[in-house]
Amino acid sequence: MAEKLLEVKNLRTEFKRDKTWVTAVNNVSFSIDRGEILGLVGESGCGKSVTSLSVMRLLARNSKISNGEVILNGTDLLKEDKKGMRNIRGREVAMIFQEPMNSLNPCMKIEKQLTEAILLHNDFSKEQAHQRAFDVLKSVGIPEPEMTLKSYPHQLSGGMCQRVMIAMAMSCEPELLIADEPTTALDVTIQAQILELMEEIREKKNTGILMITHDLGVVAEMCSRVVVMYAGRIVEEAPVKELFAAPKHPYTQGLIASVPKLGSGVESLPSIPGSVPDLSVMPKGCKFAPRCKYATDICREKEPELEVVDGVHKCRCHHFKELGKEA
Amino acid sequence: MAQTNTNLDQNKFVAAEELPKAQSKVKEFTKKFMKRKTAVVSLVFILFIILMAVIAPFVVPYAPDQPDYTALLQGPSAAHIWGTDEFGQDVFSRLMVGSRLSLSCALIATVIGTAGGVVLGLIAGFYGGFVDSLIMRCCDVLFAFPDILLAIAVVAIIGPGMVNVMIAVAVFTVPSFARIIRSATISVKQSLYVEVARSLGCKNSRILFVHVFPGTIQSMIVNFTMRIGTAILAASSLSFLGFGANVTEPDWGAMLSLGRNYLNTAPHMVLFPGILIFLTVLAFNLLGDGLRDTLDPKMN
Amino acid sequence: MGKYFCKRVASAIPLLLVISFVVFMFIHMIPGDPARMIAGQDATKEDVEVVREQLGLNEPLLVQYGHYMKGLFTGDLGDSVKNGKTVVETIAPRLKPTIMLTVSAMIWATIIGIALGIISAVFHGRALDYIGMIIAISGISVPSFWLGLELIQGFSVALNWLPTGGLDSWQSYILPSITMGAGIMAVLGRFTRSTMLETMREDYVRTARAKGLKETLVVMRHAFKNSLIEIVTVAGLQIGGLLSGSVMAETVFSIPGLGRLLVDSINFRDYKVVQALLLFFAAEYIFINLIVDVLYGVINPKIRYN
Repeated sequence: MAEKLLEVKNLRTEFKRDKTWVTAVNNVSFSIDRGEILGLVGESGCGKSVTSLSVMRLLARNSKISNGEVILNGTDLLKEDKKGMRNIRGREVAMIFQEPMNSLNPCMKIEKQLTEAILLHNDFSKEQAHQRAFDVLKSVGIPEPEMTLKSYPHQLSGGMCQRVMIAMAMSCEPELLIADEPTTALDVTIQAQILELMEEIREKKNTGILMITHDLGVVAEMCSRVVVMYAGRIVEEAPVKELFAAPKHPYTQGLIASVPKLGSGVESLPSIPGSVPDLSVMPKGCKFAPRCKYATDICREKEPELEVVDGVHKCRCHHFKELGKEA
Repeated sequence: MAQTNTNLDQNKFVAAEELPKAQSKVKEFTKKFMKRKTAVVSLVFILFIILMAVIAPFVVPYAPDQPDYTALLQGPSAAHIWGTDEFGQDVFSRLMVGSRLSLSCALIATVIGTAGGVVLGLIAGFYGGFVDSLIMRCCDVLFAFPDILLAIAVVAIIGPGMVNVMIAVAVFTVPSFARIIRSATISVKQSLYVEVARSLGCKNSRILFVHVFPGTIQSMIVNFTMRIGTAILAASSLSFLGFGANVTEPDWGAMLSLGRNYLNTAPHMVLFPGILIFLTVLAFNLLGDGLRDTLDPKMN
Repeated sequence: MGKYFCKRVASAIPLLLVISFVVFMFIHMIPGDPARMIAGQDATKEDVEVVREQLGLNEPLLVQYGHYMKGLFTGDLGDSVKNGKTVVETIAPRLKPTIMLTVSAMIWATIIGIALGIISAVFHGRALDYIGMIIAISGISVPSFWLGLELIQGFSVALNWLPTGGLDSWQSYILPSITMGAGIMAVLGRFTRSTMLETMREDYVRTARAKGLKETLVVMRHAFKNSLIEIVTVAGLQIGGLLSGSVMAETVFSIPGLGRLLVDSINFRDYKVVQALLLFFAAEYIFINLIVDVLYGVINPKIRYN
């Protein structure tokens, strides 16, 4: 078994809304090995971005992590002070975001934005930093690095900006890369290129990647394991092949069923009825029960535990045994 | 509700349908507004000043022009809580009675200026093209006389006096209001429901009054409130410069101007009118802030 | 960039021409007979005619306008009726006090205002934010002449620390400068705060934090630099209006500057001086705004590189 890079244990994140605390992420645990790509899937608002920001400790001021551990290479990030955390951000964990055009500072040249992080985390001279910036841009497939360094973000395309973002994230060779919907805002052809680039990085540098997405296509292509989140909880966790072949949780089944398949001949795609419940008015039992066609009385009364289905496959459902056979 | 309406006039039909919704909107607004304590306190203060403007002559302890030659330039005391001026007139009574003059001057000026600004802004934003650039270039010219300078210029032309100050402040309100309403109009005009109305074949004038105008009301209310504060400041500044009310009148700015001569011996003559102007303007500004936050939480 | 600059300058020139025309018309907009107004109500008919001739009001409007425009370019703005000096001679000695005062007010108000806004935004929703915003909204609501008078009362009359008026020493600048700058500081503070709050929610600020940058660097280098583009515009508008804003402070502190001259000239019906001052203030405002527009282009890379 590969070496564990990141371990998140019982993470609970809350934020303040109208003077009361609501739980956005509840009891979330997962781990990532070196060189592994873990997919974190769910609808918008299910807490996947909050989870990633909790790992980086970049949450907005009105939120707090009230419980749990985030262990990176044996140290608990939640116990680090501000300064320690700053040393980890960018050096050990780096992050790329959904909107590459907005994620780069519009009034700063690319060079400055890249070297800023490089100089911060390395004992480099300006020339060395420039060289490193040049090299990383080249390594992410930017054709004219020198020119790009001299540009402002608005002079680059969206795909280019995302490459720059990846270059910036990789410039200090982090062990963990968190990618929050890295391809959502990009054209389909560019998407494929960016994903390929990330796969390449993983292979070369043995970087662990936490891939946050709502796109099951991306998951199928990139990830080795998948964690499915719903309403701030993990509802299913499985190796990617198993998840697609035999999803246990009704929510996962619904997600997979709603992805169009070429030549399937189905005229209308099945969709999951209803929408994600509001954080402040969560149902009492299973959070998915109101939208679940298999829901029974126990589902509405008692929240199910995350149980082991077999080996590494886990599922949070009272009825997964019966449902598994059906699917 | 539609069945009970035998008259199939479409306007009434729509109005009847919308009535309950409008009521709940007001309720929701009130509920949200009540949470903003500074705005509520400001509103209470403003209502108090308005009440004073109405009833002050009947309730204040002294007549505003009642001299008392035994008590000239006296500091605050039990008999005269805010002291007396150089004729022994009670400062508190004068200020309370004077609120009618100062408030109505600012209010009327703002109403006139707002009306002018709204009409110009609506026309400019809605019709665009040549009319728009004409109106906006005119505003640019007025903007070149920043702040109080425009009001001073107007007074320089038409001469001093309370009514002329009112006109000057109204003129000074127009361009900035026109600009605000114009941009509000443009954004409403581009919104979906106006597109729909247009595609249904509504007449231009109907679209303007039924659809676009209501859409700009929010920013109108907020800016109107804040402009009253600005108008009070502008009017009192003009009075202070000697362009406004006659110094014998109990206008806030004029009283302050007079008090200036006694800064050494009777500082209360400057202090109390100033505090009153300051608090009133502050209240209008805070109320405006509160209204803006309630009406549009996105703006900060 | 060159194109942007030319466009800005090109748009300012017609505006200046229109304004010079409006200011020219100023004397003709006075209700009744301006010559009679200037000569006074009890002047004889002959006296009124003399004034009319002096001001050139007996000539056709177009000829008057021609003279006026020619005068503008040759620096001949007519004579003051008050003391027989030319308008230029009357205005020139008043420039220095006003400009000194304006510059000192501008410097402190901009620095403090922006700092106030940044601090409030960084400590959003906490005590420092509330204190900052109380200062700002008070600064907007306070009548500047009253503030000036209370400052005199406190620092000159009661404490006897600073002079009550005039511009004899550097100390005499302190109180008028505070009086003039308070409003601008407040407006800038409020605007800086709201712009900073918006900017700090931007994705690139999160990126900067994700790099591991210190919070002060995140705020100053990333959030503030971007906010500055917007702040410059508002600051420009405020500063442009400052010169004419000297009216109140100069009146309160008896400073022989342009603002005071304007008030005196209006009271004296010295219309040629009023005209010249209005034109000067308007031109100054447009000029400052032009500079700000150019500055906006310089600090905004989206304009600089297009």
